[in-house]
Amino acid sequence: MIENKKAHKFGMVIDLDKCTGCGACMVSCMSENNVPFKEDESNKKDSITWMRVYKLTNGKSFPETEIAYLPRPCQHCGGIGDHGHSPCVSVCPATATDYGYDTGIVSQIYTRCFGCRYCMGACPYHARYFNWWDPKWPEGMENYLSPNVSPRMRGVVEKCSFCYHRYQLARERAMVEGREIEEMEYQTACTTACPAGAIVFGDLNNPAHKVHQIVKPDPHPDPMNHKVVGKSRNPNVFRLLERLGTNPKVYYMSEREWVRKAGDNYLKGEWENVKTHHGASSSHG
Amino acid sequence: MKIDRRSFLGLGLGAAAGIALSPVGVKLTDDSSIWTQNWPWTPVPEDGKITYDRSVCSLCPGACGISVRKINGRPVKIEGLVDHPINNGGVCPHGISGLQYLYDPARIKTPLKRNGNKFEKISWDEAISLVAQKLGEIRKNGAPESLGLITGGGSGSMAHLFDRFMGAFGSPNTYTMPSLESNLALTAAALHSADQSLGFDLDHSDFILSFGAGIIEGWGSPVACIQANASRRERKAKLVQVDYRLSNTANAADKIIAVNPGTEADLALGLCAVLLAKKQISTNTRYGDVNKFPFAAMLGKEYTPEKVAAITGVKAADIEALAMAFIEAKAPVAVPGKGRGDTGSLREFTAVQALNALAGRLNKKGGVFVMWPAGYLSFPENVMDAVAEQGAGKAKLAGSVNELADKLEKDGGLSALFIYNANPCYALNAPEKIKAAMDKVGFKVSFSSFMDETALRSDVILPASIFLERLEDVVSGAGLAKTVVGLCRPMVKPVFDTKHPGDALILLAQAMGAGMAQSFAWESYAACLEDVTEKIWDNLSGDGYVVIDDKPPVGTPATDFTFLVSAPKAALSNGEGEYTLVPVDKMRLASGSMTSSPFAVKTVPDTVLSGKYSVVEINPATAGVLKDGDIAFLKTAMGTAKVKIGFNEGILPGVIGMPRGLGHAFNNPYVAGKGVNVNDLIGPVIEPGSGLDAAFGIKASLSKA
Repeated sequence: MIENKKAHKFGMVIDLDKCTGCGACMVSCMSENNVPFKEDESNKKDSITWMRVYKLTNGKSFPETEIAYLPRPCQHCGGIGDHGHSPCVSVCPATATDYGYDTGIVSQIYTRCFGCRYCMGACPYHARYFNWWDPKWPEGMENYLSPNVSPRMRGVVEKCSFCYHRYQLARERAMVEGREIEEMEYQTACTTACPAGAIVFGDLNNPAHKVHQIVKPDPHPDPMNHKVVGKSRNPNVFRLLERLGTNPKVYYMSEREWVRKAGDNYLKGEWENVKTHHGASSSHG
Repeated sequence: MKIDRRSFLGLGLGAAAGIALSPVGVKLTDDSSIWTQNWPWTPVPEDGKITYDRSVCSLCPGACGISVRKINGRPVKIEGLVDHPINNGGVCPHGISGLQYLYDPARIKTPLKRNGNKFEKISWDEAISLVAQKLGEIRKNGAPESLGLITGGGSGSMAHLFDRFMGAFGSPNTYTMPSLESNLALTAAALHSADQSLGFDLDHSDFILSFGAGIIEGWGSPVACIQANASRRERKAKLVQVDYRLSNTANAADKIIAVNPGTEADLALGLCAVLLAKKQISTNTRYGDVNKFPFAAMLGKEYTPEKVAAITGVKAADIEALAMAFIEAKAPVAVPGKGRGDTGSLREFTAVQALNALAGRLNKKGGVFVMWPAGYLSFPENVMDAVAEQGAGKAKLAGSVNELADKLEKDGGLSALFIYNANPCYALNAPEKIKAAMDKVGFKVSFSSFMDETALRSDVILPASIFLERLEDVVSGAGLAKTVVGLCRPMVKPVFDTKHPGDALILLAQAMGAGMAQSFAWESYAACLEDVTEKIWDNLSGDGYVVIDDKPPVGTPATDFTFLVSAPKAALSNGEGEYTLVPVDKMRLASGSMTSSPFAVKTVPDTVLSGKYSVVEINPATAGVLKDGDIAFLKTAMGTAKVKIGFNEGILPGVIGMPRGLGHAFNNPYVAGKGVNVNDLIGPVIEPGSGLDAAFGIKASLSKA
């Protein structure tokens, strides 16, 4: 029952200067979402990690070397112009993945998926994973599985859902009590686990939410690139491959210029133009 | 009937119409879609009422509060407990994986007895009477001191209960595995007073000088330390990291001081010397009550910036600048303990603490707290019978667990050994030596929950319930500047036929009768806990934790520099080779006696573990003919291992960094049989005066495989 209310647009901002790369978000995600594990997980191409922490380096030699960790959940893209045509949603022949206009969350329905993997090819962020095998838990370990997320089977694609089941629980509670969902009521498992407090999650459409206050998303399309909507007006905040116009709802934040530059591929000299082009809409007031 | 063209077409059309109209086709399509959408082998977790229960994680000494989500009483998720005084909602990857330990394939499911090369299942009654009988014989022979105990340390009621057992039995031979806590306790004992420990007030310091401490990589109470680091920017607090590689902590630091591995103590003493020479010593402190002048003389003579520069590789001018930056900060603190802080020499720990003492940072906000034990436990007097009295007077066999292993290997000395919360056959350097030493002990009783390297070598196993199945008081320590007692509560009934080790100990003491039974006259461990924590039990059981103290202790403790003046020799890496191999702690890998969970191992990047290979970090500048990704033989005086080469710009040239916590050898395919145990390659170097294994690194060579 979607009433004529302003839709939510859930998103997060991750402070890469606070992230220590400890991996708590990855484990919290796996435990929350019944993600299985295999005997050998060192081949990262077939290792299912809805949340994956990448290591970035500035490429300089010691002692100028610097590293940064970049946690990468599903980016929950709004697609070009933020109209809900996410790269993966547009290519799915089974409507197994869809864009939630009331939440901005990109869903994945495992029983509809027949494993064509077009979405994996379409995703610029490698956020989607294919189940090459049926999940297998050591004897007895199935006892810890959560009923809120169905375990997947061989032959389907899975990915981060922004812990949608947590949204459902919070929404039901709020609905029964006849009120709106509160900011802290719906938080993803990675956000709550992070010991460094590097992840902030909330409604990007709600100016009262911390994520909105940090990101300050620009409501207007980028005048330089009309595909891009919701660009941050905070000079330290960026999105991955932002210029593609996928319009992710996961933002990153760093005071370090080389880290911000690592968020996209730039031709020689291009970065100098881009780095000053934050908050382009300041001309809009 | 003749089949002509007309009837053939008629029949054909009729059949086609019949098939099209019959439900069979639709039914078959429908069925096939149902069958292909049916995955009966995929588990369907049972749904039910959601509840949350509070407890404390005791996987490491961090003592974080946890919230366990349950469905119809079945635990499904562990999260950090919001508003807990230690971790305030945060949690580490190992704590979240707690439920995987519950159903771990390597868990010991019943009491076991060794029979030749195999274990056979026995009942608890049999197990207790078997151990009681063996121990009874030892006492009857009048050699109670020949019972040894190796534990993982700690200071809660379980540690006291084991001490009590050893006391009532009549043996002084209790040994603790090296840990940050044991190292800090030894440091306090050497410099200040026995029974004290050190807490570092990182939350309020504005200048943290870390001597290799992996502040965001598992040092101390890991979540509390990560939070202290995360708040640094808002507090405008600086972190200066002394390190030989770009650890995550070094990367997060404002400044990195690159030192040769193993020379941290020299740098700390060099800083002390600068402070003395520049008359920057705090005047309002009672530093150096004992041997202050010989210490000052030693510093002035042997630790001039030039001399220290030659040893550590840090420029003399940088040493002076660092010392001045430290003393000029408002609330500086120097933090010892490389990596997780469970390795290193007492010289290194005391040198860093001496710097804190000279700078007047003892018992100051944002400095180091010299703390007394929590003191909330009140055990009744131990009943000592004649045998106990006789054994209690005997001297300990050795000063440390490493010395004990040496002694046992050479000439034995113990007839029975208890092992609780410890996996020495994996966690100590040169585990093969430790195994050989263990084999010299006739009767080994393990209280392990998992069939790990040490449990595999025991004679009887009294399997312990894990923290999610037991009630226990958990005291913070681990270098925290506050003392919090948390209550670990059973979140689930024991999954297997295991017991609380406290209950096992009580049963055992009662089976032994006489004085021992009187010392353990409780009905159960639960009754014992309520009895001995009487002072705080109401709050502890009500709130789940009690903050004993979180303020700086009053007064300034005296500092005794005798140990440092005795100039204990720095342990040099032994053996030959062009490289120095050092162990590297990674947050995502548990090390020491704790094993990583399948989830934790899954998060380990392929630059640390690649298939069956440990990946070693090496600076490309000194890699010679080796290329990134090559398989190579890594050779030290202790052994050879096949490893994968991983180029890393962020490590000092000539140093090889190898991850700790890999190379387990027991039956859990998800976490064991992966990579190399770095301890296999490093030989212990016992530090005179402390008995600590001061080996940090060893000379090594590399050749392409």
